Amino acid sequence: MSLYASGSQTVGPYLHIGLTWLNTDRIAGPGVKGERVTIHGRLLDGDGVGVGDGLVEIWQASATGKYAHPEDRQKKPLEKGFRGFGRIPTDAKGVFRFSTIKPGRVPGSGGKLQAPHLSVTVFMRGLLKQLSTRIYFPGDPANVQDPILKRVPAARRATLVARPKGRGVLQWNIVLQGKVETAFFDF
Amino acid sequence: MSKQYSYRRFHPGTQPAYDFPPYASTAKRHPKQPLVIAPQTLSEITGPVFGYGDLKPTDHDLTRQHKGEPIGERIICSGRVLDENGKSVPHTLIEVWQANAAGRYPHKSDRHDAPVDPNFSGAGRTLTDAEGRYRFITIRPGEYPWRNHYNAWRPAHIHFSLFGRAFLTRLVTQMYFPGDPLLPYDPMYMSIPDEKARLRLVSQLDWENTVPEHALAYRFDIVLRGSAATPMDDSPGE
Repeated sequence: MSLYASGSQTVGPYLHIGLTWLNTDRIAGPGVKGERVTIHGRLLDGDGVGVGDGLVEIWQASATGKYAHPEDRQKKPLEKGFRGFGRIPTDAKGVFRFSTIKPGRVPGSGGKLQAPHLSVTVFMRGLLKQLSTRIYFPGDPANVQDPILKRVPAARRATLVARPKGRGVLQWNIVLQGKVETAFFDF
Repeated sequence: MSKQYSYRRFHPGTQPAYDFPPYASTAKRHPKQPLVIAPQTLSEITGPVFGYGDLKPTDHDLTRQHKGEPIGERIICSGRVLDENGKSVPHTLIEVWQANAAGRYPHKSDRHDAPVDPNFSGAGRTLTDAEGRYRFITIRPGEYPWRNHYNAWRPAHIHFSLFGRAFLTRLVTQMYFPGDPLLPYDPMYMSIPDEKARLRLVSQLDWENTVPEHALAYRFDIVLRGSAATPMDDSPGE
């Protein structure tokens, strides 16, 4: 039996009604191990204006590089109380902010380890199908060898690397159009 | 040999383009650079897992969230969540939201001059069962105007958000109603190029699940991305 996946449709302007209940901007609770980090940024449209009705979802591994999912068969313990999922709506100025821990390295294709990263999905009115991208960590020596980052044209790779903004704070913007348009993936 | 899942790419024509001028808001909100085609890794083929602990038992019944009953026609909306190989997707989270019977959302951005219903919030969620089935009880949403173009009206619809087994099977879509004359005029519905793919977003009257003297029922099956190759290898095409 073979079917085709259902068509995507926009979340529209009233997404909060259905989705707010699961808002999670503290991805790692107090007891979770790992290097603490707060990431903030803005979701910007083609005029550089903040998108006030956007939603960012995050998926990430634990500090040891283990996903809380049965398909992750690595022999590493699951960390209790760590789901690795975040859902953050943008505010009126397009700002989003969340706190988490820096994930460990997880395997990529061919068994090579990937650089630490967060998977990001973006939803908003005016977007008929979600956008997928990633956040990488500045200064991580694994970035240069990361098999997914290498797929991105060299001039655009910087759009996926967060910028340090003080101790434990990173900034990362999602830019939909223009000179520094964020690289989005088709997985 | 790795037995790791790899999911199929979308079939041409089944998904909307990011840049779709009839839906005006896409103009400033679509990427202009091509997407970077990348292989799927453990990061994409895993995703958040939700359980009954995340939900309240009445979350699937949008008519029982307040003291009184909402105004409007009570309906039962049910179906199955499958993958492209026809396998059910069990225990996956579905979130829904919708306008009330008058076509109004209880949201600060909704300025439509239609009454809000104090007994209807318009949000629900549930988990599919072991066979991928789900069921919501709600009221039939009203059509409403929007400002995309002169005299623009949205057909009646319910927003659906699904996770599936992986972060890349994430799907947000809308369920429409059979025979709605507004469908051909709706840029969102028409953004899906293939007519057959569009029709799969239209629910069907579901006699089997109607409750006599109580509620009509609509069936809406949802298909998520499925594995491209399994150890048994699926044959391609439909």
